[in-house]
Amino acid sequence: MVNEPKPESLLPLQPAVFHILMALADEDRHGYAIIQEVKTRTNGEVRLSPGTLYRSIQRMLDDDLIVEVHERPAPELDDERRRYYRITKFGKAVAREEANRLTELVRLARASGFVTRKA
Amino acid sequence: MRFYRALLHLFPRSFRAEYSGEMIKDFAREWNDARGISVIGLLVTTIVDVFANATQVHFDILRQDLKYAIRSLRRTPGFTITAILVAAIGIGATTATFTLADHVLIRALPFPEPDELVKVWEDHSARGYPHLEPSPPNFLDWQRQATSFERLEAYSGFVSTMTGRGDASRVSGAIVTPGTMQMLGRQAAMGRILTEADAKATDQPLVISDAFWRSTMGASPDVLGQTVMLNDLRFTVVGVMPPDFLFPTRDANYWALMTFDPDAGDADRTNHRLEVLGRLKNGVTVNAALGEMKRIGADLARAYPKEMAGTSATLAPWRDQVAQQPRLLLLGLVGASICVLLIACTNLANLLMSRALARRPEFAVRAAVGASVDRLVRQMLTDSLVLALCGGILGVILAITALPLLVRLVPNALPIAELPPIDLRMLGGTLLLTTITGLAFGLLPALRVCRKADGSALKDGARGGTSRGTERVRSSLVVAEIVASVVLMVCVALLIQALIAVQRVDPGFRPDNLLTLRTTLPFNTYGALPARMQFYSRVLDRVQALPGVQSAAYTSFLPMTFRGGIWEVLSAKPDAASPGGFVPLDPTHNSNAGIRFVTPRFFETIGTPILKGRDISPSDTVNAPFVAVVSESFVRRHFPKEDPIGRSFAIGFAARTIVGVVGDIKFRGLERISEPQVYMPASQQTTLLFYAPKDLVIRASVPATTLTPAVRAIIAGVEPELPITSIQTMEQLVAGETAPRVAQLRVLGAFAVVALLLAAIGIHGLLSFTVSSRSREIGVRIALGAKSRDIMSMVIARSAMLAAIGVVIGAAVAYAAGRSMQSVLFGINPADAAAFASAIALALLMTIAGSLLPAWRAIKVDPITATRTE
Repeated sequence: MVNEPKPESLLPLQPAVFHILMALADEDRHGYAIIQEVKTRTNGEVRLSPGTLYRSIQRMLDDDLIVEVHERPAPELDDERRRYYRITKFGKAVAREEANRLTELVRLARASGFVTRKA
Repeated sequence: MRFYRALLHLFPRSFRAEYSGEMIKDFAREWNDARGISVIGLLVTTIVDVFANATQVHFDILRQDLKYAIRSLRRTPGFTITAILVAAIGIGATTATFTLADHVLIRALPFPEPDELVKVWEDHSARGYPHLEPSPPNFLDWQRQATSFERLEAYSGFVSTMTGRGDASRVSGAIVTPGTMQMLGRQAAMGRILTEADAKATDQPLVISDAFWRSTMGASPDVLGQTVMLNDLRFTVVGVMPPDFLFPTRDANYWALMTFDPDAGDADRTNHRLEVLGRLKNGVTVNAALGEMKRIGADLARAYPKEMAGTSATLAPWRDQVAQQPRLLLLGLVGASICVLLIACTNLANLLMSRALARRPEFAVRAAVGASVDRLVRQMLTDSLVLALCGGILGVILAITALPLLVRLVPNALPIAELPPIDLRMLGGTLLLTTITGLAFGLLPALRVCRKADGSALKDGARGGTSRGTERVRSSLVVAEIVASVVLMVCVALLIQALIAVQRVDPGFRPDNLLTLRTTLPFNTYGALPARMQFYSRVLDRVQALPGVQSAAYTSFLPMTFRGGIWEVLSAKPDAASPGGFVPLDPTHNSNAGIRFVTPRFFETIGTPILKGRDISPSDTVNAPFVAVVSESFVRRHFPKEDPIGRSFAIGFAARTIVGVVGDIKFRGLERISEPQVYMPASQQTTLLFYAPKDLVIRASVPATTLTPAVRAIIAGVEPELPITSIQTMEQLVAGETAPRVAQLRVLGAFAVVALLLAAIGIHGLLSFTVSSRSREIGVRIALGAKSRDIMSMVIARSAMLAAIGVVIGAAVAYAAGRSMQSVLFGINPADAAAFASAIALALLMTIAGSLLPAWRAIKVDPITATRTE
């Protein structure tokens, strides 16, 4: 890689990209598992379509936020025909920066009296 | 599932190759989970999802490619600038000519429902006038009888003298029947238009143009209600039209009501002075209306056999009223610009091909690290589209700069602006053209090079060799350039000869050193003959006394200014019941002549020879016998076998005796057939005030224009309020005849030069590439003892072959092009040997010029360096 870009340079993240990063935070997943994970985490409010998912994945691969992994998870969990993705160190840094950015935004919103209930 | 698979084709192939398998599996799971109504929901969201995301992916790739294209183009500024310039020339030329042709030939006229507007004429085909201006009584009969029209209205161009606002001046406008402006359907920008209610008005309402409002009325917001004096009549301004209301021609400054006066000849069915326009009723076709007008025309011919025998009426859409010559001149330019664009495109294709071949190793590397062929093709297309887009922008600037040079080709007969508008339509057209250009010249090299973007290309690229197929494509492109430039050059050569032929036409007078100007006498003070004669003699006596003046005379209209004034020649036998008061010679044959009233010495002044008899003389007064001088062709037609002097005929309400015969004058113009001419003494003009002499012509022995101040002073001394207009030399007037041709030729000539240069660059580029890619072979040949002469002839032979093929095909196409524009060639043979010889010679010269440098490089190849590379 030539000069690695700074995490802030990719902010703000598209919501789909941030969701995918969060879904990959604890383990490697294939596409359908990401869709399911996002759905579960958001109580069904966010449903990634295959089109949005793979378009985002393509861009995230280009931006080095994630990588495709060739080592497989435990055999009983492995769906061999699928392609698995893993968050990179850079991806984690970017996700952290985005979370900070959003936290700061919420803090400002709260100061303006726009936040009435606990998020 | 098949449905989803098909939908995925909206994604770029590279994306599909990577992710379609995963996407299909994911979709399959959702599909299996869906039940009942949610199946439809899934289908709808899937379609929307694929569309939206596929667009995004395409856009992402485009952004990447653009970034890459701009970076790589900036690395090769020489190539980039050349390519952009070449594209700009092609796109600029085509944009300018297409805009002009669209403006004149295609675009709807600036009136609501323009397709319903038709022009109506009398049809006197039997006498050689298929489109004759209608006379007032015929128009009024049509208006009463015809049912095909919502409205049928008449108008006429009208020039009047304006006084009371600075110096007296001549202002052109139009007189219209009361419903004309309502028929056209445009509203006034300020105030109102003329309507039928004005027919009964006691004051004289006047609607003025935007230009007149700005120039003469100082753009005053209080203009309504102000008075304007025209021909000593007081008019009240009731409205100002918007700037794009140009009716009937662009120079119309005002619109006043037309009245019909039987005492002024408006009851005469042969007084062809009107233009008639109709708006078809909803649902009535042009053909149906034509059928009705033919029927009415036939009825009138039966009802008025003496004037109307053998005549009818005809009509055609107003939009189509562009004469054949301007139409062909424009289409010729469009064709030529397409040639230029074609050459530019082939040149660019060749340039891009060289560049692509040189970049093969780079592509091979990209292919090796996983770029698919279609991504590489896409990248190259983006490169060429970026070049074309830059070329397009520059081309539009070129076109906008060039358009004012072409306005001579916009005929005045249409109610359209002189300069085509630069609008979305033009820009949209250019964008389309640019895209097509970019794709056209980008696709071929992209496909050729990328098809082999694999390992073999790497090796090939390193060696710099080219395949036979690539060579063949590039050679065909060069041949296409030669063909297009030969076609252009032949056309230019033919048109130059036609121009020379037109300029060589004897106008029937000597245009050199003649000063001309117009003083139109107001009829209310100069309606009586003695007053006019006094004015003429006072002006002419003083002008002829000026040093440097050889002679001077007045005439009704100078040749090539007013092209009408055509009257029927009748026998001298009076007959009160016949039109014109005399028995017609032969109503079924054209026996028309152009009439002019002149003062003595007119022929001497203008330089037309008196072949027989005498000139008009001061003794031909109103009390003397009425006489006429006729032209040679008049004698040939009416008195072919006898001495014309002393013979009589009638024209313009009076019988006259021929006292002289003069040479023919091309009063209708250099390229048109003129009727025989009849000249009558101004001193015997008791009627037809429209023909009262108004054009002064002066033959000078000093440079003609130096006389202008003195002549102005003389006229101002005789009649201080009289406006002097149209001051020009006769040479300028005659040059105006060929101005559209000259304008077209200038552009065509420029196109041909550009084409020649581009073709030479194309040949040079191809041969340079061949020489460099075959340098090893050439090196081996030299090492084996080949002489410089052999190497040189090897290179030249190749370009000679391409030139030969190009010239043969080009000559055939040029002949076809020449035939299609035969009617503007003024009798020049489209197979004219000189034109073809000069075009072919130039093409060969260009080939040699383009080959010299590569040939020189070939013989300078160093055999040791060239063979060492392997």
